[in-house]
Amino acid sequence: MTRPGPATGSVSGMIELDGLTRRYGRTTAVDDLTLTVRPGRVTGFLGPNGAGKSTTLRMVLGLTTPTGGTATVGGVRFRDRARGLRHAGALLDAGDVHGGRSARAHLAALARSNGIGGVRVDEVLGQVGLDDAADRRVGGFSLGMRQRLGIAAALLGDPPVLMFDEPFNGLDPEGVRWVRGLFRRLATEGRTVFVSSHLMGEVEHCADHLVVIGRGRLIADETLDAFAARVGRAEVVVRTPEPAMLTTALADAGASVRPDPDGALTVAGVGAERIAELALGLRIPLHQLTPRTASLEEAFMALTAADVEYTAREGR
Amino acid sequence: MNAVIRPATRTVPTDQARFRDLLAAEWIKLWSLRSTWAAFALILLAMVGLAVHAALATHAGWPDWSAERRAARSPLWDAFPTEAQMFVVLAASGVGAVAIGGEYASGLLRTTFAAVPRRHAVAAAKLTVLTGVLTLLGALGAAAAFAVSQAILADVGANMSVGDPGALRGIAASALLVPVCALVGMALAGLIRHTAPAIVTAATVLLLLPTAVNEDERWSALLRHAMLVPAWQRLRDPNGPPPWLTDIHAATVSGAWTTYAAWAVLAALLTALALHHRTP
Repeated sequence: MTRPGPATGSVSGMIELDGLTRRYGRTTAVDDLTLTVRPGRVTGFLGPNGAGKSTTLRMVLGLTTPTGGTATVGGVRFRDRARGLRHAGALLDAGDVHGGRSARAHLAALARSNGIGGVRVDEVLGQVGLDDAADRRVGGFSLGMRQRLGIAAALLGDPPVLMFDEPFNGLDPEGVRWVRGLFRRLATEGRTVFVSSHLMGEVEHCADHLVVIGRGRLIADETLDAFAARVGRAEVVVRTPEPAMLTTALADAGASVRPDPDGALTVAGVGAERIAELALGLRIPLHQLTPRTASLEEAFMALTAADVEYTAREGR
Repeated sequence: MNAVIRPATRTVPTDQARFRDLLAAEWIKLWSLRSTWAAFALILLAMVGLAVHAALATHAGWPDWSAERRAARSPLWDAFPTEAQMFVVLAASGVGAVAIGGEYASGLLRTTFAAVPRRHAVAAAKLTVLTGVLTLLGALGAAAAFAVSQAILADVGANMSVGDPGALRGIAASALLVPVCALVGMALAGLIRHTAPAIVTAATVLLLLPTAVNEDERWSALLRHAMLVPAWQRLRDPNGPPPWLTDIHAATVSGAWTTYAAWAVLAALLTALALHHRTP
């Protein structure tokens, strides 16, 4: 690393939530969240739609007033700051721009309000690849281009803390790859990078740490590896001409067995070796014995299934 | 695109919170919208164009007018005809409503407040820039309307000069109507948070309401005198209401200026309070 970047591990780069709560009438959007988002790594902020991610980020930035608890960035409530861009940069919603202005004018006004020079506007436009579209009106931008503009705005103040709400929406595969690389680089520079998403697949390739919420409550706050080890269940796919016999034997051995539509059995709770020994003892032939790990996406879905706010119902 | 992230080009101590930076930001925002240019052009065109129209009508009819009618009329009625002020009231309150409502509606206000969490400073900058620019615009429009209309009227000797009693007051009142109406539009948009309903409400409050209230009762006269357009009318007319209107409770000049000031201050306060307290 050639540049020092923001001080690593100092309070300046931390987002701290303490009992953060937001109620709207009788619904509780964010329920007693206590957690710390640390610098030097990418923290994925996961939860189903309506879990309270956006409300949480808005409270961190002082846009929504908490019903209870506190949120601070670098130890200071964000609304107590005179200017924000050098303390935290955020992309909340790519639509939070006025469609009648050019990308350059939008960024120039933001930069100027924080005493940031016009040279920096050109720099961030270049970083997000919008140089050629800089003087076009934002109203004509695609969602992907607006996301890039929002990222450019977040980078303007070179802040130690960056927050992105669903930044992958509308990006093409090349854009997704680029954004992941950008987040990794920002974290390597010692910044706090907090990225929300409702899809595990979007963040599992760039996040070091995960915060999972459902219905406003904290479900998990751990490293990606710890999460994977805890919830990524090991399973074994077994094929046999005697599925009924094997299922009974495996159930007696304490395993859980799920028949797949194609005739295979998915076994959890016992390892492949134990299954082979059992089958051999009972003289049951095995045609397939394949260990596999459930994807993080499946694990995440299982974990938050109970907390999904909106579920598609059959037959309606 | 994959360029290395470089630190911002910082110039010495970074966390200066200068108010003039906020003014400059609002200045950029104002002039980078096409609708600003269109609205300002419309205001100028209405003020000058309708003054020319009124002056030409007087010019054409002047030879046939009785001496009584000539004596009763003020050259300021042509410089600042009521139709022109209706345009001005609508357009200026619209500009104000768009300045605030457009930021709420687009979501830009969230971006703005995340960049400048000190909301009252944002409100103060917005109010200052818009009021300042529209005062200049109003002054330009009013001066041009006066100059052009009096030049036309001079041809038949029906004009007045800037030094004549009531002339400067009429110009000032017509000029200041522009920023005061813009402030009202801003306040309503701050309270309603949507542009179109704010514009409709502004038109109702500023233009329609005065037509429903007359001056024949003491209480209704008081209510009418507290309204902007009637106050403007009082300030424009050099000798008060025309003689054929025999009002018992006539408005006073100082009262009319007080009405202007009260609307301006109240609207500015409401705008600041709304921006400060409402969730963007």
